[in-house]
Parts: sequence; structure tokens; C-alpha cells
Amino acid sequence: MPPATTAAPAYESTLGHPTFASVGFFFLIVLVTLIVTYWAARKTKTSSEYYAAGRSVSAAQNGLALAGDYMSAASFLGISGMVALKGYDGMIYATGWLMGWPALMFLVAEPLRNLGKFTFADVVAYRLRQGPVRIAAAVGGILTTIFYTIAQMVGSGSLIALMFGMPFVLAEVLVGAVMLLYVLFGGMLATTWVQIIKAVLLLCGVTVLTVLVLSHFGFSLPALYKAANDLYPAQHLLVPGDLTKSPVDAISLGLALMFGLLGLPHILMRFYTVPDAKAARVSVLYATGLIGYFYVIIPIVGFGAAVLLSVKGADGSLLAFGQEVIRSFDKGGNMAAPLLAEAMWGSAFLGFIAAVAFATILAVVAGLTLAGASAYSHDIYVSVIKKGRATEEEQVKAAKIATVVFGIVAVAMGIAFQGQNVAFMVGLAFAIAASANFPALLMSIVWKRFTTWGAVWSILVGAATSVGMIVLSKTVWVDLFHFEHAIFPMKNPAIFSMSAAFLAGIVASLLTPEPEAQSKFESEKLRTYLGIGAE
Amino acid sequence: MDTTARPADASKNATELIESPAFRALVKTRFAVSSVLLVLLFIGYYGYILLVATRPDVVARRLSDAPDAITNLGLVLGIGTLIFAWVLTAIYVVWANRSYDPEVERLKNQLKR
Repeated sequence: MPPATTAAPAYESTLGHPTFASVGFFFLIVLVTLIVTYWAARKTKTSSEYYAAGRSVSAAQNGLALAGDYMSAASFLGISGMVALKGYDGMIYATGWLMGWPALMFLVAEPLRNLGKFTFADVVAYRLRQGPVRIAAAVGGILTTIFYTIAQMVGSGSLIALMFGMPFVLAEVLVGAVMLLYVLFGGMLATTWVQIIKAVLLLCGVTVLTVLVLSHFGFSLPALYKAANDLYPAQHLLVPGDLTKSPVDAISLGLALMFGLLGLPHILMRFYTVPDAKAARVSVLYATGLIGYFYVIIPIVGFGAAVLLSVKGADGSLLAFGQEVIRSFDKGGNMAAPLLAEAMWGSAFLGFIAAVAFATILAVVAGLTLAGASAYSHDIYVSVIKKGRATEEEQVKAAKIATVVFGIVAVAMGIAFQGQNVAFMVGLAFAIAASANFPALLMSIVWKRFTTWGAVWSILVGAATSVGMIVLSKTVWVDLFHFEHAIFPMKNPAIFSMSAAFLAGIVASLLTPEPEAQSKFESEKLRTYLGIGAE
Repeated sequence: MDTTARPADASKNATELIESPAFRALVKTRFAVSSVLLVLLFIGYYGYILLVATRPDVVARRLSDAPDAITNLGLVLGIGTLIFAWVLTAIYVVWANRSYDPEVERLKNQLKR
């Protein structure tokens, strides 16, 4: 079949052109979420309502919202594209994204809920000196959120440009403006409900897509695997490829994905929205189930796209491979799922999937903005500058100002990094979260002799080593700065930077004994384990 | 934070509770349960990654010799690892709901008296 390669650009799709369906679904989703925001705004007056939805969210609702926060557009579009183009490697990668959830449950979910108020810094600073710990924790929290946000904003601009044909800058401003409406007026309650709506839409959309794919293969998974394998015999889609070539690198990536979750401020913040530790626990089970289901069915969509997007001539001969069609729209494979939606059920379904992807971006950025803002307004302004003596009114005002500032910074950074390859920033956010935030959080919960300076050094060393090693690695040093050789040989530094953070925290704690913090540890246990005095 | 502000007899009760064998056992059991589950998670996930990284030939082995049966060990392990992680989470929740929570309630009531 010699003409196969030339046929790909001729593939007809409404992708990239605003259709009645895509614009209609988009406006419907925005309209519904804004109505929710209006409703939430009337219930959002106090700081506890603004940051934590008045602790009124049920376990099932929080489970959906957690899943919504975690199932970003990058994981939906990115992983399905990765499976379509690289096969089994995409499945290995997807697996790692779930593994943090059980660890979150076993190590921090309940103590976090019992000890904290609005942010993870509340827990780290619980029996230590507020000033230094809060400032260090806010640095870790803001670094994590800002890199995660930049990756989301830049990715969202290009995705919206690809799907709706909208200019990049307009897309950034639109995302920034709509999500600010959610956060500013509806606080955590609106952000939670936007997240729930999006999670339900996304899960339904991907489920329908999966069922449609499977219907082409007699609802047999092996038949789908066989079709993918037979269509691309040279690629060995069903066996491991380059992703796990270096075992140390693979383990380091696994550590960053697993423990990074335990240090993501926008995830940790959600545990304060439920009434108690039991609800926090059950919500993790819901979230793990939903996210696990998502990662089980996403590869089906990926393999399906690789097979079903192939173009056949009238005589049944193959004119273009599915992978070529996918690459002709986006080299990274991000458009595999939307294109498949169109091929299965026409442009209306594509419009629905595109609108859901847009809603996903809005919701995730809203959650990040609230988390980033609270690191400043709650940890620095209220706890350090006002020494915890701010009125409700001052607290909410500070939170709203920080929200607007963070939102503007997010849009500006998104525009500034336009066209850059920022995929590494998600990895960076997870590496910082795993190295700067998680070790300090865990040690503060379980280690009696942990001290103020132990916390500060652990956070700073974790942040500095993870950022430093990523800058010196191939992704930044060679690909971005165009130096010839990478100084740090691995893709993900977590295995070293996380160990360094634990070591720094232990050494600094042993060198600066803090009897006061030690004596509070025993009484803290009543709150950690029994929830006595929890807010 | 408010534990320090309590009247003297309440904080005496609190100290007694913290030092009581029942509370110590509660803390110890929770630590043991979560550690065991965490170790199982590590063995499951990092074992899977190491197997894929070091023995791709084993992962590529097909489950059946029939020419059409293409499913290999890796495809099953990939989905299996996801299900395993969820099952560990579910085990923790069942344990906590059945055995941890009632004990917490009992100890909290002790403090009130």
C-alpha cells in the first residue's frame, strides 16, 4: 500500500472548527456551572466556607471532586494518545498515576483531616513555631501549584486552539476569567461542584467512548488487542518499550507519582471540606475507585483510536493508518480521543468531548488557584503577618485578593510560555510535591522529635534539589537551554531529592532539639487518632 | 490547640487516656495495619515496574498458545496492579469502619466521663 502516507492530511474532521454542537455544549456547561456558582456564593461568607465549603461536603461528593481534580485534560487526552502511539508504555505510565491514592489513605488522609484547618501547612506547623514553618511550607505549596498551573494553562491554550480554532491568548483569558468567577464568588463550594459536574461528564463521556470501541470488536478485549497488534506488526504495541529502559529512572518516576500526590496542595485541601476523618477516609475509597476505573478504560480508547481511525478505501484497502491520522492533528497524540469520538458518533459527540475537555481545564485550574491563593492568604498573611488574629472579614478579603492575583499570574504565565514544551512542568510539580511538601508533612505527623528547623530544612532542601536536578536534566538543560550534555542523567529526580529532604529533616531535627514540640506530641495524638478538638 | 485551654481535671483525664494501654494499642494497631498495606502496595507496584524493566520477555509471554490468543502477561498485570491498589484501599476502609471507629468512640466516651 504505497499511497498510505499521503492520504493522512486529507482526513476530514470538524476538529479545530467551532461547530454548533461544540459551542453549544460549551455554553451549556459554563451556564450550569455559573448557576451553581451563584447558588454557592450565597452560602460562602466565612473563611471556613470560602476555603473548605463549610466542611459540608459528603464523602461521595468529595470522592468525585478528588477524582475530578486528578483527572486533568492532560491525563485524559495525553494518556489515550500515548497508548494510541506507543501502546503498552502508555498503560505502564497510567498505572503509576493511581498508586499515590492508597498511600495517601494509609499515611496522611485521616491525620490531615484531624489536625489541619485549611492547608497542609496547618498540620506541619501544628506543634512547631508558626513563622518559619508557615513561610517554608507556603514556598513549597506555591512552587508546586504554580508549576502545575503553568503546565495546565499552556496545555489548555493549545488544546482549546486545536479543538475550537480559538486564538491562544483568547483561550487563556477565557479560562482565567471563567475560573475566577467560580473561585472568587463561590469559593470552595462552587469549585467542588464544578469539579463534580466535570468528573461525572468526563467519566460518562469516556465510558460511552469505550463501549463504542468495544462494540466494534464484539465486546472482546483480546480481539481489540489483536487488531492493534496486527495493524502495526513492527511496533510491538503490546509489550514494554522505552519507558522502562532504565529501572532506576522508572522507579524514580514511580516514587514522584506516588508521593507527589501526598504533597499536592489542591488535593490535600479537599480533605478539609468533609465533616470528619471517617468521611475523609471513605472519600479516598471513592476517588481511588473512580480514578482506577478511568485508567482501566483509557487504554481501550487509545488502542481503539489506533485501529479505528485508520482510513479504508471503497475496496477495503488501507489508505491511512490510525496513528498517522492522529499525528497529523497533533504530534503528541493529544487528539486521539476527540478524533475517535467523531469517528464513532459524529461531530456532535466530538463537540461534547471537546466541551468536557474544556470544562476539565476550567475546573482543575480553579482548584489550583484556590490552593495557591490559600498558601499566601492563610499561611503567610493570616498566620504570620497577622499572627492568627485576623477577623473573618479580613481573612475572606485576603483570600479573595490572593485569588485574583494568582489568577492573573496564571494567565500571564500561560501566555508567556506559549508554544514552549512545558510537559516537564507537571513532572516538576510532582517532584517538588514529593520532595518539599510530603517529607515534612509525614515527619510532622509521625515523628516526635521533628523540629521547626527540621521542617524548614526538609522543605527547602527538597524544593532546591528537585528544581535543581530537573534544570540540570536533559528535559531542561539540553532540550530547553540547548546545552550539549545533561549534567544530571535521569528524567525524574524524586528518588534522590525525596531522600535528601528526609535526610535534611532528620539531621536538622536532631541538631536542634525542641522540647516544647516534643511535649505537645503526646497530646497531639488525641487529635490525630481520635479527632478530639478537630475543626 | 484548645487542649491546653481545658480545665485541669479534663487535661488530667487526657493524660491518663494517652497513657492508657487501650489508646496505645489503638495507635499501634493503626500503624501496623497501614504499614502492612503500604508494604503490600510497594511490593505490588514497584515489583510490577521492576519486572517490566528487567524482564520484558516474561511480561511479553502470552497466556495461551492458541494463535489468536494474543493477551500477554503484561496486559493482565497492568490492569491487575490497578485493581490490587483499589483492593488495598478497600481493605483499609473495611478495617477502619469495623474495628478502628468503634474503639475511637469508646475511648472518646471514656474521656467525657
